[in-house]
Amino acid sequence: MYTDEKHKNNNQSERNLNPAPVGLYLNNARLAFSNIPIFENLSAEISAGKWTCILGPSGVGKSALLRMIVGLGPKDPVTEISASDGSSLTEKISWMAQQDLLLPWLSVSKNVALGSHLRGIKPNKEKVSSLLNDVGMYKYCNDLPKILSGGQKQRVALARTLMEGRPIVLMDEPFSSVDAITRSRLQELAAKLLTNRTVLLVTHDPLEALRLGHNLFVMSGKPAKLGPVMQPADNIPRDPSNYSLQKIHSSILSQLETAVTESK
Amino acid sequence: MSRIRPFIILIGLLVVWQLIVTFSQVAPFILPSPLSVLVSAMDRIDELAKHALITTLEIIIGLFSGTVFGIISALSMVYFRPARSWLLPVLVVSQAIPVFALAPVLVLWFGYGLLPKIIMATLIIYFPVTAALYDGLRRTETGWLELAKTMGASRFSTLWKVRLPSAMPAFASGLRVATAVAPIGAVVGEWVGSSAGLGYYMLLMNGRVQTDAMFAALFILAIIAVSIYFLIDKVLRKCITWQTESNSSDQI
Repeated sequence: MYTDEKHKNNNQSERNLNPAPVGLYLNNARLAFSNIPIFENLSAEISAGKWTCILGPSGVGKSALLRMIVGLGPKDPVTEISASDGSSLTEKISWMAQQDLLLPWLSVSKNVALGSHLRGIKPNKEKVSSLLNDVGMYKYCNDLPKILSGGQKQRVALARTLMEGRPIVLMDEPFSSVDAITRSRLQELAAKLLTNRTVLLVTHDPLEALRLGHNLFVMSGKPAKLGPVMQPADNIPRDPSNYSLQKIHSSILSQLETAVTESK
Repeated sequence: MSRIRPFIILIGLLVVWQLIVTFSQVAPFILPSPLSVLVSAMDRIDELAKHALITTLEIIIGLFSGTVFGIISALSMVYFRPARSWLLPVLVVSQAIPVFALAPVLVLWFGYGLLPKIIMATLIIYFPVTAALYDGLRRTETGWLELAKTMGASRFSTLWKVRLPSAMPAFASGLRVATAVAPIGAVVGEWVGSSAGLGYYMLLMNGRVQTDAMFAALFILAIIAVSIYFLIDKVLRKCITWQTESNSSDQI
């Protein structure tokens, strides 16, 4: 009996760390401000356990799309968002923003455990420590975020996102505010730690999308549409100097270029 | 140097004061010399201590209750929408009516004891604390609130664990202002009607033309006010260590 119980607990915590992949169906997504549509009729499948990247020029509505999915932005009644396995989406999605959003009065480890703290549950301390270890920030666990650099803060934010243990992670240009080397390290770290999660990453950086995306879409136009899916080969994180990526890179650039000229 | 500068200024002022008295031959009941004020303070040290204790008590209790009421009001204004429309007028009125005008009524209602002075100090403190905290609570970074929302935090938990801590620097500014003005409430109350406290003592000595004793009381009041201010300031700085000062070199 006792061992059974223990086994079950172990199972549960493992499932929390590595949830079964769940994809997303986006059907007929629509967003309009004062009746001018930003995007409409937008449908896409966000494949389970894969990285999907949406590229687009600023102001095209990619962030708004992400916020709509996570439940922060306005959602038109015609929009349907559902999980690929038909289950409910509550408590399945976590969100990582462009800013680290660390609370300056909480220590690094308390910031990682923020979700439990806010829901009034006792955080799993070992999980916090092991995640901080994974992102290489364990030695700062008792420090306040103000002593950290931008890249270190994003590492902590990544650990906080993982701590939520949710199968779907939405990222809104989370690596765009750090320098190129730090960005590349963060991308590698995220690719490693988010294996088997469903990730939807919004970015304006084609190289980032090429490094991390299994499925790439370009979002452009007014109202915005998603372009055809592009699927580079190889495992992520890819080496951006990889020759086979050049063709996709130029295709992305030409799509973005048309988008920018059209909007002018 | 920066530490002893206030004392140099103080000593300089005292010297100027002494020189004015010495050379202008002004009557001692108009302007006593700093030395005679000191002598007078030493003579009446027991009496002064008794009155100072009462005034300090009024200020501290007033500060405490004003802060508590302020925190409760600010939190309810943010949490309950209807409370906003009910409490905002109260807040403005509490500041618009001068305490000086209320003092006689409060003395009439609550007698000559501590209570009317505490109420007056509370009224004076209530506004800056409430206004500052309310403002701070409404200006939480939207990103933090959105993050809390995606994490499934309840409204109460967001208020308590995100909005309130983030409003602490604003609250601290309000409390500093409140601490600086708190003695006004207590002293005005003592002027209007009381049988103890430094304000009462000053009026009494004024009536007896013992200007040196009045000045002694005034100085003690100033010392109390400044000490409470620095004490509160120190506690606030200790508690809110996470706030980064954009220019840490110009600390007070």
